[in-house]
Amino acid sequence: MSVALSLANLVAVALFIYGLHQLNSPPTARAGNRLAMLGMAIALVSSLLQTQGIGWWAILVGVILGGAIGIVAALRVKMTAMPQMVALYNGAGGGAAALISTLEFFVLASGKGENAVVSVSLVLSAIIGCLSFAGSIIAFLKLQELMTGRPITYPGQQVVNGAILLAILFLAGWFIATLGTMPILAFLGLLLCSLLLGILFVLPIGGADMPVVISLLNSFTGLAVAVTGFEINSPLLIICGALVGASGTLLTVMMGKAMNRPLTNVLFGAFGSGGGSEPDAGSGGPQQIRSASADDVAIMLAYASKVIFVPGYGMAVAQAQHSVKALGDQLEKRGVKVLYAIHPVAGRMPGHMNVLLAESNVPYEQLLDMEDANPEFSTTDVALVIGANDVTNPAARNVKSSPIYGMPILDVDRAANVIVLKRSMRSGFAGIDNPLYEMPNTSMLFGDAKASVDALTSAVKAL
Amino acid sequence: MNDITHLIQLLTVLLLAVFVGFEVISKVPTTLHTPLMSATNAIHGIVFIGAILVVGKLFVGPTSPLLAIISVAALTLGAINVFGGFAVTERMLQMFKKKEGPRP
Repeated sequence: MSVALSLANLVAVALFIYGLHQLNSPPTARAGNRLAMLGMAIALVSSLLQTQGIGWWAILVGVILGGAIGIVAALRVKMTAMPQMVALYNGAGGGAAALISTLEFFVLASGKGENAVVSVSLVLSAIIGCLSFAGSIIAFLKLQELMTGRPITYPGQQVVNGAILLAILFLAGWFIATLGTMPILAFLGLLLCSLLLGILFVLPIGGADMPVVISLLNSFTGLAVAVTGFEINSPLLIICGALVGASGTLLTVMMGKAMNRPLTNVLFGAFGSGGGSEPDAGSGGPQQIRSASADDVAIMLAYASKVIFVPGYGMAVAQAQHSVKALGDQLEKRGVKVLYAIHPVAGRMPGHMNVLLAESNVPYEQLLDMEDANPEFSTTDVALVIGANDVTNPAARNVKSSPIYGMPILDVDRAANVIVLKRSMRSGFAGIDNPLYEMPNTSMLFGDAKASVDALTSAVKAL
Repeated sequence: MNDITHLIQLLTVLLLAVFVGFEVISKVPTTLHTPLMSATNAIHGIVFIGAILVVGKLFVGPTSPLLAIISVAALTLGAINVFGGFAVTERMLQMFKKKEGPRP
């Protein structure tokens, strides 16, 4: 590699890191993304120069095909569908890493290189890449509701997964022992086992645990890319993979903390259910539920001095973000202070609610995270909960027997009045009763989130 | 021996990058976590460049149709990752606005 090319890669790395640094605040974030793009362009040109365009037709086909698919999908995707989009890009990266390893395997098999470092990193990148690819596809199918979002479990699940893992370890050991000159069929077996494990590992994880899974798959792909860097001796790939791996790991840990559950429990607990196809509960007979009409609620909102909206996945499902913003505007016109409180695991990926509200032009200063929002509730007249459930459940604070006990929640119950917009009385993903609904300061407004918010907006307007 | 020192150098780079990653990412506010994730997604699209390097090595001599197909597949997936990732991040970030004040 010539000096000029190494320098180009150094510049690219600097741009990536500085670009990520710029993401630390919304006003500079866009410039940060542009810098990262520039870094990628520099790295791309320098690698093309390095290979002197060998295999140019394959690269051209890849750019045209992949670029078209990627960009068209990016421009068309709805903001509510962002989690599955990110899952797909993750899968693409993981799949590419696994395929690179497959190509390198054929190079090794033809006896061109015998290097322990290359064999170890090759086999790791193949395994992790396949895991990430297959896992991301399942996550995509679940989020897109092409398959049920509920956990899929069967007896002996852990045994089956364990057996597959053992097979992978055996084949990987064989591969390393022979420095990558094992039969093609055995390598194929390794790839298939890794894909299967990726599928089986995401299947039992429920919809509401997706923020953790997406973050974890992100860090897997980062890891696969870093290992690929060792395989093809490219510090550029190592650094980029490490940055992504660190980011994914950090987000995974944050999401786990926000649910107060260790990662092992999320991955192996089969805890969460799906996107909301349970039948109306009614069982157990909730006692003192008060339901309010849109007109009553509108009066309450219009004469409040501070209102906090608490959005959850229900807002995304109903595509209600624009209606919510319209209601907020109406209230602000009347001099009401409007804020938004966002729980870290609201929605299906980290920051999901923030993006939806940004889409509907809510200024980011009005979006509060949990730490900033909780002190606000005690001085709030109305907390309007829009399609959020477990993240507002006070049982997490004081009911030791509750499965979500200890999970940090938004203290909506401390507001003077709580209005809960909900389709029906069915419980949240954890299937846990929410005592919030029976509190004396709570009223329920039943119906589709978007329809209810629209009704509130017109009722406020009419006042 | 030379191989080992080279490996250690690469491991050093990995370690430092992990620390830099944690340091930089931990400053990103929760409101930008989705764009952060799609931006890091785009950055791991660097595998596209990995694919170019491997293809450059592989296609020096004549190649079998099978390897050509795998190469195109790897390059296509990598390109989806890079171009899609950056495009969707750009689209999201342009939505994050300040409260509209007197300035346009």
